Amino acid sequence: MTAEVAVLGAGMHPWGKWGRGFVEYGVKAARAALADAGVDWRDVGSIVGADTVRGGYPGYVAGATFARALGWQGARVASVYAACASGAQAINTARAQILAGLADVVLVVGADAAPKGFFRPAGGDRPDDPDWLRFRVLGATNPTYFGLYARRRMAVHGDTHEDFAQVKVKNAAMGALNPNARYRKRVTAEEVAASAVVADPLRLLDICATSDGGAALVLSSMEFARRHGAAEPVRIRAVSTVTPRYPNTVLDLPDIATDSAAGAEPSAESFRASIARAAYEEAGIGPEDLSLAEVYDLSTALELQWYEDLGLCGDGEGAKLLREGVTAPGGRIPVNPSGGLASFGEAVPAQAIAQVCEVTWQLRGQAGDRQIPDARVAVTANQGLFGHGSAVVAVR
Amino acid sequence: MVTGWFVGDGEDFRLLGTRCSACVSVFFPREDTHCRNPGCRGGDLQEVPLSRRGRVWSYTDSRYRPPSPYVTDPELPWEPYALIAVELESERIVVLGQAVPGVTVADLTVGMEVEVVPGVLGEDAETTWTTWRWRPTGVA
Ligand SMILES: [Zn+2]
Repeated sequence: MTAEVAVLGAGMHPWGKWGRGFVEYGVKAARAALADAGVDWRDVGSIVGADTVRGGYPGYVAGATFARALGWQGARVASVYAACASGAQAINTARAQILAGLADVVLVVGADAAPKGFFRPAGGDRPDDPDWLRFRVLGATNPTYFGLYARRRMAVHGDTHEDFAQVKVKNAAMGALNPNARYRKRVTAEEVAASAVVADPLRLLDICATSDGGAALVLSSMEFARRHGAAEPVRIRAVSTVTPRYPNTVLDLPDIATDSAAGAEPSAESFRASIARAAYEEAGIGPEDLSLAEVYDLSTALELQWYEDLGLCGDGEGAKLLREGVTAPGGRIPVNPSGGLASFGEAVPAQAIAQVCEVTWQLRGQAGDRQIPDARVAVTANQGLFGHGSAVVAVR
Repeated sequence: MVTGWFVGDGEDFRLLGTRCSACVSVFFPREDTHCRNPGCRGGDLQEVPLSRRGRVWSYTDSRYRPPSPYVTDPELPWEPYALIAVELESERIVVLGQAVPGVTVADLTVGMEVEVVPGVLGEDAETTWTTWRWRPTGVA
């Protein structure tokens, strides 16, 4: 088990389609996190930005971009890109600096102004880029991958359209209570079923939208937190950023094919499950200790997969867990009390940070109408392009 | 746009991968630089044709026009196509591809046998881009 870092502050810019630049969202979130922490920006020793690939150079140097907008003050600076795990890797970079004694207080910021419609690769003819290839050769969008996983679950585990719809119903009900969520309306299973098919078997309301948004955290050493008057802050106890293991035999974005298992036996554990296990091991906890989880519900079907990969239930039992209400508010382990990506939409570099903001508010008992009573241990999890994934364990 | 991914016509059409001479790992799309198996001392990467037939691992379709760089004619109404992920038994690999035109998700089931056939991805005045497609066996 590694040492802990304190979460002194959390802040967001509400998700939506605001039509403004990502810097504005990030700065708004950063100022909110600093205010929440009661820390002056000039006292922050390091800033870590989670990169957005859209927006040209300023997006690729997010740390410095946010630092400039907040006012140059001489802090250490870093920028991190890891697809959907960008925010968690930014948190991990901050944590490593704190634990190494390089900084007492670190500001972590992620923000994006996402394009409308399907995500697409960066421009130009780039046949050496798997992301470019999957679009050029197959027209395979993110939803088509989610469709493949969903259809596979239906064939192997017997999941139904109705099971998938119930994930949306659950998450939308929570999102309706979240002032930072983009969609704040309850949804019925009938509305999901009536929405257009995007990628069989998934419909529009099974798939998360692209959004604008920002999220930020102020992290510090436990000693600084005590000096600062935060005797019992929410603590981050683990950050998992592991890669897959060869051969990765589950088709994975953005690849056109899996690794072959002809030359080496695959691990019995899936990539997603290994992300969660690494976090549990580092934190010295298990799924039975969790009060809540925030997971990437890029599609409704994917949330059910995460139940299994987080060890909340056995293989193929995700839909059963949902039907029993275990992952709903009031259940044994509520999942996505924030409303999830179903309610937020994707603002890639901000998402993993936003997950930690939500668990921070939940663990502090500050989550308002969506509060999970007596929350003590939380995990976040995601998986993204190019073998990235992350999980964060936070406790109080 | 990419070379060396497939070869041949009609019944002789095959996807091409590479195989490591040391650990027999197969790579598609082809890996020509280094074997990616971390437990392998590294062998020669030799071009190999992949199995013609495999079984459907999963499938989906694209009901909306994919963005660029997928090439479509915006003047024409969008025609959805199916995508099939196919498990090749001897290579122990899953390869994604478009279904042949006319095959929809209603025609597919997980576990069904399919075979690889040549197809045309698109064409303009100068170039015809060829590709591979998956077709259920026994379908003309
Ligand atoms: Zn090898």
